[in-house]
Parts: sequence; structure tokens; C-alpha cells
Amino acid sequence: MSPFDDASGLPPAPAWDDAVMMAALLAVDPAGLGGILVRSWAGPARDEFVHAAAALFPGGARLRKMPLNITDDRLLGGLDLTATLAAGRPVNAHGLLSQASGGILALAMAERLTPALAGKLAACLDAAAGPAMLALDEGIGPDEAPPAALADRLAFTLADVPGDADWPSPGMIELARARLPHVSCGDAMFEQICGVAAALGVASLRAVIFAQRAARAAAALRGADAIGTADVAAAARLILAPRATRMPAPPAAQAADTNMADGQQPADMPGDDAPPEGEGEAEGTEDRLTDAAAMALPPDLLAALGAGGPRRLVRGGGHAGDAASLSRGRPLAPRRGALGGAARLSVIDTLRQAAPWQRLRTTRPGRRIAVRPEDFCIKRFKERARRVAIFAVDASGSSALNRLPEAKGAIQLLLAECYVRRDEVALIAFRGAGAETLLPPTAALARARRALASLPGGGPTPLSAGLTAALRLADAERRRGLSPFLVLLTDGGANIAADGKPGRAAAGRDALAAARRAAGQGVPCLVVDTSPRKNPFVAALAAEMRGRYLPLPYADAAALSRVVKNFGADHASLTA
Amino acid sequence: MKRVFPFTALVGQEEMCEALVIAAIEPRLSGVLILGDRGTGKSTAVRALAALLPDMSAIAGCPYNCDPADEAALCDACRAGGEHAVRRVRVPVVDLPLGATEDRVVGALNLERALADGAKQFEPGLLARAHRGFLYIDEVNLLEDHIVDLLLDVAASGENLVEREGLSLRHPARFVLIGSGNPEEGELRPQLLDRFGLCVEVRTPADIPTRVEVVRRRDAFDRDPEGFCNRFADAESALRERIVAGRARVADIAVDEAVLIRAAEICAALGTDGLRGELTLLRAARACAAYEGAGAVTLAHLRRMSAPALRHRLRRDPLDDSLAGTRVARVVEDMFAA
Repeated sequence: MSPFDDASGLPPAPAWDDAVMMAALLAVDPAGLGGILVRSWAGPARDEFVHAAAALFPGGARLRKMPLNITDDRLLGGLDLTATLAAGRPVNAHGLLSQASGGILALAMAERLTPALAGKLAACLDAAAGPAMLALDEGIGPDEAPPAALADRLAFTLADVPGDADWPSPGMIELARARLPHVSCGDAMFEQICGVAAALGVASLRAVIFAQRAARAAAALRGADAIGTADVAAAARLILAPRATRMPAPPAAQAADTNMADGQQPADMPGDDAPPEGEGEAEGTEDRLTDAAAMALPPDLLAALGAGGPRRLVRGGGHAGDAASLSRGRPLAPRRGALGGAARLSVIDTLRQAAPWQRLRTTRPGRRIAVRPEDFCIKRFKERARRVAIFAVDASGSSALNRLPEAKGAIQLLLAECYVRRDEVALIAFRGAGAETLLPPTAALARARRALASLPGGGPTPLSAGLTAALRLADAERRRGLSPFLVLLTDGGANIAADGKPGRAAAGRDALAAARRAAGQGVPCLVVDTSPRKNPFVAALAAEMRGRYLPLPYADAAALSRVVKNFGADHASLTA
Repeated sequence: MKRVFPFTALVGQEEMCEALVIAAIEPRLSGVLILGDRGTGKSTAVRALAALLPDMSAIAGCPYNCDPADEAALCDACRAGGEHAVRRVRVPVVDLPLGATEDRVVGALNLERALADGAKQFEPGLLARAHRGFLYIDEVNLLEDHIVDLLLDVAASGENLVEREGLSLRHPARFVLIGSGNPEEGELRPQLLDRFGLCVEVRTPADIPTRVEVVRRRDAFDRDPEGFCNRFADAESALRERIVAGRARVADIAVDEAVLIRAAEICAALGTDGLRGELTLLRAARACAAYEGAGAVTLAHLRRMSAPALRHRLRRDPLDDSLAGTRVARVVEDMFAA
């Protein structure tokens, strides 16, 4: 931040830690900035941060925590069923969102939020009427992330919580809040914000609007009357840099962007805050802004870009697991049971259950029906288990020589089958040193086809690594409440062992061990033998996996799709 | 009342805004599907449109906001009621959140009344609230199948049939369905695609001046919603009058033979399934003519509406991800060049 302060002659921006800065900006403009996605594991440092952030809000620590399994009536308010039964008249309760309004709502285990819950929270953020949110994300790896609908509406992402830090006083925040509506934003500042966003490849206008609001909050926090370059720099670092999709273009390309500012001088800025800048200087400023943002880029960005994919493929989020069958799907007969969690009362059946006992139960005058907890009947629903087909493809040299193109063709067929049945698909390729997830589970099959088309072949065969990766993914999907099944395509020429060392005997042994683990996990498997003639090792592998063995030479198109279809059906009956 | 960002203050996204206006003029188009990235102003546009539309008259006390002028579409209670008091209500915009339960969507037994008085009363759901207004589904492509099934039937028949929890009733549910989503994250079922009359693709504007203007206006709105809305009040009322005038005249717009033939040719060249493509295209072109104040549909109207009316109706290979919009544009280009 320091390079900007002396250049512009502005009052120095407070030298707080980025995390503290985020919390302070959020406290100044909670409605405009939404909240912070805190990517950190549980621990004292995180707790301290959450409490300190809440303490910044005027009126003291107004912190509420939302558990993952919150029910709609507790979140949004509604009828208090227990109190209603006790009182014999409707009793309404406030929801957590309105209780926490004006303060902070901490969302525990945000990476496991269901899309439904995330949607409600997002609607609350859109209305800008509820609390600011701290989404506590403990996700590991790329496919555990909070639902995008929520993450996109939180201005900040905090990668690591600070240990000891200086915090501003609540008094400062209160002053800044009062000042916020009076902070002006010059034309040059609008252009700088948009220019930096363009240079970093931030397409979303929501992010740009967040950056502008954060810059305004930063200016208010400084006690300035107008947004200055330092504020834009802070906003770029805190909001735009984490969303960057590319490294800034070289200055030559950027000059074209900034030329738009031709002849536009900051008009409405007080002289002491923003001395007039020449055109050349303005360009230089923007370059430096972009540099500052680039320094804060996550280190793995370039590597991820090299691989050609987005940095973090965010899917719909944690899919509701077992509880879902109590809340959605097609109705089944209700049965007696306790309320709580996602279970919903079936009123008719509860009353029917209570009816025979009415004369025995002493009723208070004015109360017509006596319902007791043991009468409760809950609704049950049948939900179709969503399936995910995990393709593990051997792309090694031997396989490429043999029949990689035909294997690709077979997968295309299976993909079309998956489309019809609305399965999700994931694609893992193994070759050379290890296995790589080319495509995390997705329902967008066009992406699967693209990933498959660009799948290169060559290198030795790390069969056990490929199997292990597929099993790990299957396990993760099962924990999300989906039903995974595995399609392994290999010619069986395993020659890289689990420890990464070459050696045919050890590799074969490790592959068989991995296959036994598959059987242990009970993942349904289909093994397609892509070797020129039947390979007994692949057949043995299939036997160890307790999966179906399908030599490709004999597999015409129809046979393949029939087998996959049956797999889905078998498995659906297991989970129904 | 909380201020809503004015529709006429939206920058860029002309195709989306036009499609929304056309759908507001001709509710029989039954909706708009908006495909595109996050943060492109989809929800802002939908809410702004609803705020723009004039208040409608509804029968007082009716949970479905029945239209006193439309005898045929009254709910059972209003039909039996005789004379009605009339009140003015805002055009409803109802959000259908992902993961909404069937109870919430269709309606369910009123729990309060059942427990307190033992009365069997229907508690209307989201479909009832959306009657005569908009039903907005963000991320419609991620909607669960059993909710989609419900919607498909109601959207086609304009009526919600409830047969559950000992309730047996029907009520009108005609709404403009507005869906948005990113096709990269999941496919839509063809049946659901078909329920949307128009389909537009939105992209984040890439040029800096447009983006600067978007941020600038948002900022002005954030700081002073009242003053910002006043600045656009004239434009808003002008557009409102155009929509009201368009609604009044859409039924009288003439369509001549040449336009009919050209519409059939376009659909044949694109190989769209069934006749719905042609019907929708003509309806949209008619609404477009009404919006423009023209007396009859011209080929220019047809041309403008072919992409939004047809791009989601092409028979497609699930594994082919080439943009349908480009295919439509090419065919239309050829047709009108000849």
C-alpha cells in the first residue's frame, strides 16, 4: 500500500493487516459488501477473528452463528410448533436472519451448505436487509467449496486468519459509517477500478461494484471526502486480486485501456485530497495498481492457468444427504416419528393418530384437540438417488498404441447414455507419474467431451494411482449423498507402483490391492479391457473389484450402453 | 417502500431487456430464459421490470389476486362470490429458490388453522402468489426434477391442481416464467426449455466505458436511491406507457401471408420440433410490432425475434456445445439475404 501514499499526498491509509481491513470495511458498509468468505479451519485464531470482526459493529458484539442443519422456520421465522401446541393458539417466532439483522451471522461449515439454504441466504444478501455474513469454509481441495450463489455475493475472501493484529476501535467505524454517504467518487477512480478489473480478467460486474463500494468504505475509514488512489489500491488487492483469472497484460496492452481516460480530469475532487494528475502519470498509477494486485495473487494461479482451467471449479455445493428424503421428493406414506431436523409434521395423520384418545385425555376447556408428541407423524419422501459416473481412463503409451481412440469413442457413447439418464460424470486420466482429475463431477456433458477430446496419450501406466484417485472421488461423492459408480478403461499394462517407482510386479500387486479396496468400499464397477486381446490381468482386476468385466473387442455400442444402464438401475435399487 | 433500481437505468444487455419487455406485453409467450454468467444484472432486470409495470386491479381478499375483468379466469371462491370489492396491487415477482419444498411451491394445509380450529384450509404456495405476475427461478438448470415436473404442468395449463393432505382444489396460476442460469453448470430438460417462449444469452460487457457506467450508476443509486429514481422517472413512465399501449394493441396486430411463410421457412430451415417454434416466433413478432407502435408485423420484426424465439428449440446433440444462437443467426442471415 505504501507506494501510493507518498505519490498522491493523501492522508496515510491505516496500516492494518488485510484481514482486519476486510472486517473494518465490512463493518463500515455491511449492506453493500455482504460478507467475508473465511477459508480456514476451526481454531482459536478463527474464533478470535470472528469475535473481533463482530465487535467492530456498533452496538457491541452482535454475533449469531448458524448451524448447517437449520430449519426454514428457524432461519426465516414462522410458526413455533411446540409453543403453538402448548398454548393452543398460533405462536410466531422470529427467524435467525431477522434476529441477527444489523450484526454478523457466522455460517459454520459453509462448504457443506445445501444449494437451497445458500439460495435463501443469497436472497437475504440481495435484499441488503439482513446481517453481514462470515462464511466459515473448511473445504479441502477444489471440490469442497461453498455454493457459488453465496460465495459470489460475499465481497471478500480471506485465505488465512491473522494471529495477533491491531484492530480499529468501534468509534472509528461509527465515524466512518456517518461519513460514508458523503464520500464522492471521481470519474478517474471509476475508470481506475474498471481498468484494474479488466487487466486482471475479472468479468463479473458484481465484483467491480464490490470493489467500488470497498474503496468508498476505505476512504470513509480514512476520514477522506473522496475516494483516492490508495483506496482503489486497497479494494483492488482485497477484492479484485482474489478473483483474477489472468495475470495483468504487459503495459503496452494496458495503455489502450487507459487511453479512454483522455482529457477527463477528476472534476469534483477537493484539491487537497487529489492533486490533478497528468495523463502520463495516470497511466503509471494504473500500472502500479495492477502490479500491487498481482503481488497479492494466489501463487497457484499461473499453474492452474497453464492447465487451462479455472482456478477453482465450484459446483452446486454440498448436496443434502440422508435428510433430504424427509423434505423433498415424491411423497410416501407418513409414519410415526419425532420432529426435528428436516422432518416435517404430517398434520392429517397426526390428528388421526390422536383421535381415538381424545376422550381419555383430559382436555382443558376451550381446547378442542389434545395432541401429544407420541402422536406425531412425519412426512417421508422418496428421492431418486442421483448417480455420478466416474470414468477412470488409462491414457498411457501402451493404451494409446492399442486403442485409446476406441476407448474415447466408447466413453462418448456412455456419456450420451448418462445425458439421457441425467447422471453426472467425472473424468480421471492416469498416465506417466500419476492420475489427474480432468473433470470434477458435472452435469455439463459438453465439458466432459471437451476434456476427453484434449486427453493426450503416452507414458507408463500408474494403474493403482488411477484407481486410488477414482475411489477417493467416489468416496467424496458418496459423502455428498450421490451414488457413484466407476467405469475403468485400461489395457492392464500396469508398470508404475503406488509409490511411483517403475516395476511391473509391484505395480500389478498395488493395482490388485487398490481393486480390493474398491470392493471393500462397495462401489459398483465396470472394467473395460482395451487391450488387443483379452488380458487375464484385467479380468483378475475386475474380479477383485467385484465389478463387471467387459473386453472391448466384443463390446459393440449397444452392449456397452446396456451394461451401463443396468449398472445404474442395480445401484438405484440399493439406495432407494 | 424500498426503492428498486430503475429498469431504464440498466446499461447494456439490450437483448435481455427487450425480451423482458416483449414478455411483459405478451404474457402468452410464457416467459424468458436468460442464460449467462453470474453478476450480469439478471435479477436486477427482473425486479426492475416488475417495479416498472403499472399496478393491476385485483379482487380484494382473494389470495390469488383474481382479475375482476376476466370472468373466465376467476378462482372458485371469486366466481361464487358475486359482487367484488376491487383493490390495486403491485405486479408480483415471486422467487422460487432452489430446493424449495413441494409444500412451498404448490401450497399446503394451513397448519395454524388446522391446529387452532381444526379447520381444513388451504395455505397458498408460491404458484398462487405468482398468478398474474412473474415467477423468477435463479439457476433454473439446477432445479430438482420433481419441482420441474410440477412447474411444467402448471406452466402449460395455467392452473394449479392440489390433491394432497386431504385437500382437493384448483386455482388459477398464470405467470410469466423467468429463469436464469449458466449452461456450463448443468443442462435444462428439453420439456422445461420448451416452456420458455424466449431465450436470451447475456454476457458481461467487456468494454471499459460501459463497465464504468454500470458501476457509476450503481454507486449513484446506492448513495441516493430517491434522487436516482427521480432522475429516471420520466424514462420509466414513458416505457410504462409504451408497454401499456403495446398490451392494448397486441391483439389487433395484423400478420400478412408473406410473414407467415417466412416464419415457416425459418423454422423449417432450422429443423425445430413441432409447431410451437412458429407460434412463438409469430407471437413474439406481434408483441414486438405492438411495442414499436406498428400496425402490422414486418419482416424486420420477425428477424429481430427469431434468435430469442428459436435458439433454444433446435434439436441438439447433448455433446455438441456450439452456440445455438450462432446457428440461428446464420440461417436467418441466409433467409433475409435471399
